[in-house]
Amino acid sequence: MTQLDVDALEDIAVGAAVLGTGGGGDPTLGKLMAQQAVAQHGPISLISLDQIADEEWIIPTAMMGAPTVLVEKIPSGTEVLDAFRMVERRLECRAVATFSIEAGGVNSMIPMVVAATFGLPIVDADGMGRAFPEIQMVIPTLHGVAATPMAVADEKGNHVLLETPDNLWAERISRAVTIQMGCSTCVALYAMQGKIAKRALVKGTLSLAQEIGRTLKRCQQEKTHPIQALTTLLSGRQLCEGKITDIQRRTEGAFARGELQILGLGPDAGQQFRLSFQNENLVFWNGDQPEVTVPDLITVVDEQTGLPITTEGLKYGLRIAVLGFPCYEQWRTAQGLKLVGPRYFGYDVDYVPLQS
Amino acid sequence: MTLTMSHSKADQENQQKNQIDHIEHEEPDSQLGPEFRLGIDVGGTNTDAVILDAQDQVVASTKTPTTPDVTAGIVQALQDVLTTSGLPASALRYAMLGTTHCANAVVTRRELNTVGIIRLGAPATRAVEPLRTWPADLRRIVGTQHAILHGGHEYNGEPLSALDEQEVRQTARQMKGQVQAVAVTGVFSPVNQEHELRAREILQAELGEEIPVSLSSEIGSVNLLERENATVLNAALIRVAHAAISGFQQAIRQLNIPATLFLGQNDGSLMSLDYALQYPIFTIASGPANSIRGAAALGQLGDAQDAIVVDIGGTTTDIGVLHKGFPRESQLAVEIGGVVTNFPMPDLISIGLSGGSRVHRTDEVRVGPDSVGYRLTQEAKVFGGRQLTATDLAVAAGHVQLGDASKVETVSKTTIEKGLAYIQHSLEDHIDRMKLSAEPLPVVAVGGGSILFPDVLRGVSQIIRPEHAGVANAIGVAIAQVSGTIDRVFSLEKMSRTEAIDEATAFARKRAKAAGADPDTVEILDLEEIPLAYLPGNAVRIKVKAVGSLKTV
Repeated sequence: MTQLDVDALEDIAVGAAVLGTGGGGDPTLGKLMAQQAVAQHGPISLISLDQIADEEWIIPTAMMGAPTVLVEKIPSGTEVLDAFRMVERRLECRAVATFSIEAGGVNSMIPMVVAATFGLPIVDADGMGRAFPEIQMVIPTLHGVAATPMAVADEKGNHVLLETPDNLWAERISRAVTIQMGCSTCVALYAMQGKIAKRALVKGTLSLAQEIGRTLKRCQQEKTHPIQALTTLLSGRQLCEGKITDIQRRTEGAFARGELQILGLGPDAGQQFRLSFQNENLVFWNGDQPEVTVPDLITVVDEQTGLPITTEGLKYGLRIAVLGFPCYEQWRTAQGLKLVGPRYFGYDVDYVPLQS
Repeated sequence: MTLTMSHSKADQENQQKNQIDHIEHEEPDSQLGPEFRLGIDVGGTNTDAVILDAQDQVVASTKTPTTPDVTAGIVQALQDVLTTSGLPASALRYAMLGTTHCANAVVTRRELNTVGIIRLGAPATRAVEPLRTWPADLRRIVGTQHAILHGGHEYNGEPLSALDEQEVRQTARQMKGQVQAVAVTGVFSPVNQEHELRAREILQAELGEEIPVSLSSEIGSVNLLERENATVLNAALIRVAHAAISGFQQAIRQLNIPATLFLGQNDGSLMSLDYALQYPIFTIASGPANSIRGAAALGQLGDAQDAIVVDIGGTTTDIGVLHKGFPRESQLAVEIGGVVTNFPMPDLISIGLSGGSRVHRTDEVRVGPDSVGYRLTQEAKVFGGRQLTATDLAVAAGHVQLGDASKVETVSKTTIEKGLAYIQHSLEDHIDRMKLSAEPLPVVAVGGGSILFPDVLRGVSQIIRPEHAGVANAIGVAIAQVSGTIDRVFSLEKMSRTEAIDEATAFARKRAKAAGADPDTVEILDLEEIPLAYLPGNAVRIKVKAVGSLKTV
């Protein structure tokens, strides 16, 4: 069993931003919340999925809404605890652990607050192996696990418990509730027992995030090149190296849509690349050809430090490398691609599995 | 971006206790003839002064050592520059001061106020307490007293929880006698200021007018922790600003100069002394801002001309961008003395390249990032030292005559060529990073290391090496205009987009006027609209900058 202290949280936050593929929110605020909780209550135990007995319950917790609001209206720290307890009460169970439903971005950190405060372990797994913007977009959906009973709680003391016929309804209704509550809430959902969790979760995501954070820190200290280290660690490859020459953003409905133009440098000198993003990076184009698409992971990193750049941080002139990593294998099934493939996000292209 | 500034003994020993006079704007005498302006830059090492005529031409300039007593140093510089110019003191209509006092105070942790920190938002925001990310030494000096009280707003301006006036009053009574200033930060105050304004009234009534109260909505934009940090630093700096400003006033009065006084701010514009006393944090990066504006003026670039300013100094090269006559703002959070803040600062990059950069000859030739710094005149080969520096390469290539050129005769042609090519590529690369488009721009090269500048650079239309570059900061502050800015979030639930823009514009004009601009000359220079990501499209962040000429009466 590994103990997660304040430094471990730092590493996981960096790794979560890499797995966040540009979205999932900047983990910094979540990290500060988790660090305050650890400073008050002590370190967190990280346990493996195998340590959960088949009939034992685990409940993930997360933040829902706009990261812009989260960094302004910081949570009280108790709403996430309330959400967790509400689901326990509804199921008449005591959960033995919590975990991240989304290990990319800020939601790698929110369950740490629950774990530290309640003295519960956190499971080394998550529901996506990356970040996605909607509640139904998790591997457990593919296994028929219901998002509900789902608890939504805010800092004012409003609590809503949802029962919905499917996970898409859970997304729609909880989103509307979140907007009414002021665009930032904490949720507990996808409660599951050990025997299902072992099939329906992506194993080892938190320790992978921690390893990513450690690797980038080590490269900085040893002044070795971080990008090779990252692609090796995540079995991916560098898609291009270049300079951002143009960014276009527009807001459509609740989501920001954008296009990034990249002029190749170094080995890619003279080539034109394009990256389509919404909250996350979704399609990487080499000229007019889609080379990598969602659900494979597309991450933009600083060409020198290897540190990830969120879609909000993209700006003209940055020297970047775009990296592609293979997604969790179950996303590549027909059912998985229907849920999170490029067409779901409105791109008229087929999924092409990332070639190493 | 990290802002580092050297500190001076001047600040440590400076014990100004003089009262700030109520600022009077004296009527200029119509008999005086053409108007002259005085620009003063008080840095950690030198105090520079210039006198400019109505056409912005340099009439006289001087560089004198900064003294422990601010007033004495300024008086000395003023006397020098008046003597050189042959002008009577009465000919000076405006006097502008640029100072690094506030920046130095933060970096050296000296003379800072103890600040009472009040956050309005409870029970929200308790998950991260104030100053959690501050360096421990600074936190001990500035912020031992903090309270998270009820109040604050939602993203759309609706109340988050009601302001509990009794709670504010009790907190004020607990803080009384323990704090020298107060900083108030309300959740979403950039959308709705109401609770912060009311809290200030209560605090002022309880603590008295002599305890200054800084409000976050007047300082930064959305991001509670960064805005709170900036507001606390602002409150901490008020005493330092007071000392610097009263020193400036005394010097001006001692020499019977009948000028209206202004201070330079971070965006390269001016503010009145009254305004500077409330918002000292806006002076913290005025040095680099004035340097960019001054260099552009020396390069004789028109007001509308965008340009890159490259300052090659003793240890680093700083690159900034002049956009629509002002230094471009950084889009990233800025760190000051280890504290992350989010108020507007100039966008600068600093690279380890200078006249003193060490030349490394391994398999390839590299220049920098390490430097011999101020020891250039002892350590460089042309000055009889043993270290091959960038300056040696320039001398060996015959670009400049400096020191003893025979000392670099043995340096191989390959090293010289490769080293200079390295410098050229590094400059081209970093200039390109700062540009917003591929369009070539003029570059103004200033600073002692500008001898390293090649004659031609890729992506650069023209390279200008102006005279008087050594006093660019003082010139920059002397030619500045007065501005007012706003950076707020507007909820579009109860107003249209156009109404929001109108309100923002009116507020920016009002601020320019409050900072000392002539209302008849105020124009909107820049307007930017940023939809907030992940929100359902009914909130927009609007940034406006209004600029006007100096008020004469």
